[in-house]
Amino acid sequence: MNSYRGNSFLKSIDWSLVVTYLLLVMIGWVNIYASVHSSEPASIFDFSCRSGKQFVWIVSAIGMAGIILFIINPRVWDSLSILFYAATILLLVAVIFFGVEVKGSRSWFEFGPVRFQPAEISKIATSLLLATVMSQIGYRLTTARNFILTVLIILVPMAIIVAQSETGSALVYVGFVFMLYREGLSGWLLFIIGMAILLFILTLTASPFVSMLALAAVATLCSALESGRIKKWATSILPVMVFLALVPFIIRWTSALFPDPDTVIGKVRPMYFFAVAAAAGILFYAYKAYRDRSRFKLGVIASFIIGTAFIMSVDFIFHDVLQDHQRKRIEVLLGLKDDPSGVGYNVNQSMIAIGSGGFSGKGFLHGTQTTYGFVPEQSTDFIFCTIGEEWGFVGAASVILLYVFLIWRILHDAERSREAFTRIYGYCVACCIFMHLFINVGMTMGLVPVIGIPLPLLSYGGSSLWAFTAMIFIFIALDRNEKRYL
Amino acid sequence: MKLNKENKILAGLAVTALILIGRLFVIQILDDSYKIDASNNSMVYSTIYPTRGIIYDRNGKILVGNKVAYDILVTPKEVSEFDTLALSRALGVDPGFIKDKMDGYYRNRRKIGYQSVVMLKQLPPETYMRFAELAYKFPGFRGQPRSIRQYPYNAGGNLLGYVSEVDSRYIKAHNDEYKAGDYAGMTGIEATCEKYLKGEKGYKIYLRDSRNRIESSYRDGEMDKEAIPGKDIVTTIDAELQNYGQTLMQNKVGSLVAIEPSTGEILALISSPGIDVDVLADIGSHYSRIAADPLKPMFNRAVQASYPPGSVFKLVNALIGLQEGVVTPQTEYPCHMGYRYGNRKMGCHDHRSPLDMEESIMMSCNAYYCHVFRSILEDSGNGTVAQSLAKWDEYVSSFGFGHKLGSDFPSELGGDIPTPELYDRMYGEGRWKATNIISLSIGQGEIGCTPLHLANLCAIMANRGFYYIPHIIRESDGVEIDPKYREKQYTMVDTSYFDTVVEGMFRAVNSSYGSGATATVAAVKGLDICGKTGTAQNPHGDDNSVFICFAPKDNPRIAVAAYIEHGSFGARWAAPIASLLTEKYLNREIGPQRKPLEKRMMEGVLLDKVNDR
Repeated sequence: MNSYRGNSFLKSIDWSLVVTYLLLVMIGWVNIYASVHSSEPASIFDFSCRSGKQFVWIVSAIGMAGIILFIINPRVWDSLSILFYAATILLLVAVIFFGVEVKGSRSWFEFGPVRFQPAEISKIATSLLLATVMSQIGYRLTTARNFILTVLIILVPMAIIVAQSETGSALVYVGFVFMLYREGLSGWLLFIIGMAILLFILTLTASPFVSMLALAAVATLCSALESGRIKKWATSILPVMVFLALVPFIIRWTSALFPDPDTVIGKVRPMYFFAVAAAAGILFYAYKAYRDRSRFKLGVIASFIIGTAFIMSVDFIFHDVLQDHQRKRIEVLLGLKDDPSGVGYNVNQSMIAIGSGGFSGKGFLHGTQTTYGFVPEQSTDFIFCTIGEEWGFVGAASVILLYVFLIWRILHDAERSREAFTRIYGYCVACCIFMHLFINVGMTMGLVPVIGIPLPLLSYGGSSLWAFTAMIFIFIALDRNEKRYL
Repeated sequence: MKLNKENKILAGLAVTALILIGRLFVIQILDDSYKIDASNNSMVYSTIYPTRGIIYDRNGKILVGNKVAYDILVTPKEVSEFDTLALSRALGVDPGFIKDKMDGYYRNRRKIGYQSVVMLKQLPPETYMRFAELAYKFPGFRGQPRSIRQYPYNAGGNLLGYVSEVDSRYIKAHNDEYKAGDYAGMTGIEATCEKYLKGEKGYKIYLRDSRNRIESSYRDGEMDKEAIPGKDIVTTIDAELQNYGQTLMQNKVGSLVAIEPSTGEILALISSPGIDVDVLADIGSHYSRIAADPLKPMFNRAVQASYPPGSVFKLVNALIGLQEGVVTPQTEYPCHMGYRYGNRKMGCHDHRSPLDMEESIMMSCNAYYCHVFRSILEDSGNGTVAQSLAKWDEYVSSFGFGHKLGSDFPSELGGDIPTPELYDRMYGEGRWKATNIISLSIGQGEIGCTPLHLANLCAIMANRGFYYIPHIIRESDGVEIDPKYREKQYTMVDTSYFDTVVEGMFRAVNSSYGSGATATVAAVKGLDICGKTGTAQNPHGDDNSVFICFAPKDNPRIAVAAYIEHGSFGARWAAPIASLLTEKYLNREIGPQRKPLEKRMMEGVLLDKVNDR
């Protein structure tokens, strides 16, 4: 297996990745042209408009891809990743002081007509360093030292990017958690993150009471699953939960009978019932945990208490930690506030643009919504609207499937590689593309709050295109290097 | 397939892809609400601005109304070759102006795109009609109606206030309730009642095709939102009276305030010189000239100027003296051209001696009030002079002086009354006596009040001991006023003590000529005007002429304060002006024998005295 198979240089390249890459870049270019076409009817090669500029970026990006693939020795990425990471951190810090301000965040360097964002290359540098560190012999994610080191590698650039008020770009780093999961992180962490998001949303849209009830149900269910007593759970605890869920209605019903708010019933709150049930439940579980010497049950109790504290602090987090514009976006997304002319305007217009595409779209250059500034940032962050409007469900779904293929193919290659470095790096690349895809496309369709991050390879802009090109082709080069010996 | 971590991740990827594609399926195929129209159109929102609420006077006359003006809008992309000269003639502007504008649009063509921009604001209908006839020659240019303010009465710019486009600071101060291009009331009643007057914006939705031509209204206007006009406001102002007062005060510097004592409603509030209502609708283009005027027309003297009250203040000292028991109505004091204390003397004019309290008010004797004030500070049993002054401050404060009255008019000032601490700082603690501050007895020295304070004092005299906080907005449909405006504010002096003082005021006006009464010029037959003159020293030149009066003596209907800078004796300018206003209000016209007086007052010019400074 380790013998030299003599695969030729060109043959060992994963051409399906290259073709997918080229397809996406071309789709991006054509749609950038469409999105600027109506206000500036010009040739697609006109260098004064965005499609012309993007052409320059594409040609140079392909040139760079060739250099990465054919000239640079792929071993460099492993050995130089520390230097690369350190340099990127320096750039990230420097941009706070020397960068130019664009839309309220200081995250761009400007050299004459060219702008570039260090946050883009920091994704590559972080991925490379993670791959280097985690592929070392004897590395185990489950040891505290290694775990902390790994998390620090991710958190440092993330924190600096948050300091540049580019929260969107920082969010992408959360995606690395999937890679960590693949490399041995307990699935519980993913589960806890998911729960936290669910509770946050539930608290804001329904009420803290409902949210706590859900927490209690999940916690007890986990405990029952662990000890294999689902039946008992369904007959004992589930009815209690159902009763508690009905408490607010009962209270409302009885207080309607006694309209005087000063009577005892007028002062009863659903939360009192919950507090009593929770206190009894905790004591009960604590006794069982003590009896069975079950660490798992203790963990469940601890998570329940922490979860309750989290729910109570959601209000504080929402109103005092988040910034104004972030809060507004979440409120609009969750339907707490209807604001079609303010924050909701962008999303509404974007969804109208996509929705009006229908099944087969309005045809190339025949979109109306994406022109004249109804959809903001239409050639950058909202490029997906143009695709949705002009190419319809067929086109938009195809683009999503192309991305899914790209991600799947990278994961596929990564899994089959013999070197941990290639595998981990591949997962990092896939995670980054995945996060960008989900956040960006989700945002244009109102699934995710408006977070300004580009759609990889499609959105207008050299900085992002170059970064993703480098990211993907470093992986292709690493992969090819292995296959030659496969 | 076994469920290892790799496959779980792949499953997650598949689920995410399904969510995205599912969502896509919903909004593109299932849900019709995101489809605009079968004919591939898109929506254009066009804002409809609400008309501002109308401001009425107390008798239902319109103080501030609305009229139509036109903004000229240009859509640069639609403009073709046109005759610049003809357009400039139609719009009444310089050809260079149009050329500059068009050059500017060309430079910003990317930013403007297919949008329309405002080229000219607030054209009067006559000019617009001239343009409209020729509009077919100028594609890309169109007019947009907009309602602007109209002022049927010359009620004074300071009272009404002006409306202008909001700036970024205003938007920020009002939590983004406003957007650029909105208008808001900035001063006067327009500012006080902004929340009622402004109304609510609406919009119209149009559809346009892919070349940006507007085709039709969306769903026949079903989704449009009508603008909600602002609420109308009823003020307490009497438009005719305000207008008349404005005429009386022309070419004089000062203020004239009239209050209905039984309600505290302000009938007229004039500050002169003021902002002419003719420029109010378009204040922006006149603003710099108005702001640079040395007579400060933007300064609302009625509520913002702090003047010494002068002899009018003797009324307050008389009442405090009576309440404290240091004088009685029968107490007589001698006066021989003044009051001597130590080796100094407070002068007085020539009148007979001795005088009792009624006569002291009627003839405005300085010496009498030196005696009264000294007694208040030294013999009232309130302790030291400083302690007695503190008590005196409480009394004065209960008359509304020394603090904001709390009217609903914006930017009211509080005036000053001196505290013992002030004199401790000036002279050193314990190193001052009643004689050091004796000028307070006649309303001079370290005391300042606004004309509104004086009118309020007059209302207190009319009510014999209480006032309602002066206010300018009446309760009407949908407009609530603060309940405090319906509460009686009592002074610390008993009602019974007022009769003597009011009698003095009556005699000051209605005594026969040669009796020594100071305000006989203000007498109007049958109106029973009660008044008090004042002559306040003005360090910049001639004394200020002050007069307060109310009428009729029983069941008074109006209380007036007039304050004329550099008008010398109270009886020279202030008393005639205040009495003319009173006569106008009560009789609706000026009697023939007082016509010459009215003419003299209207034609009098005192501005040069101010400029002499």
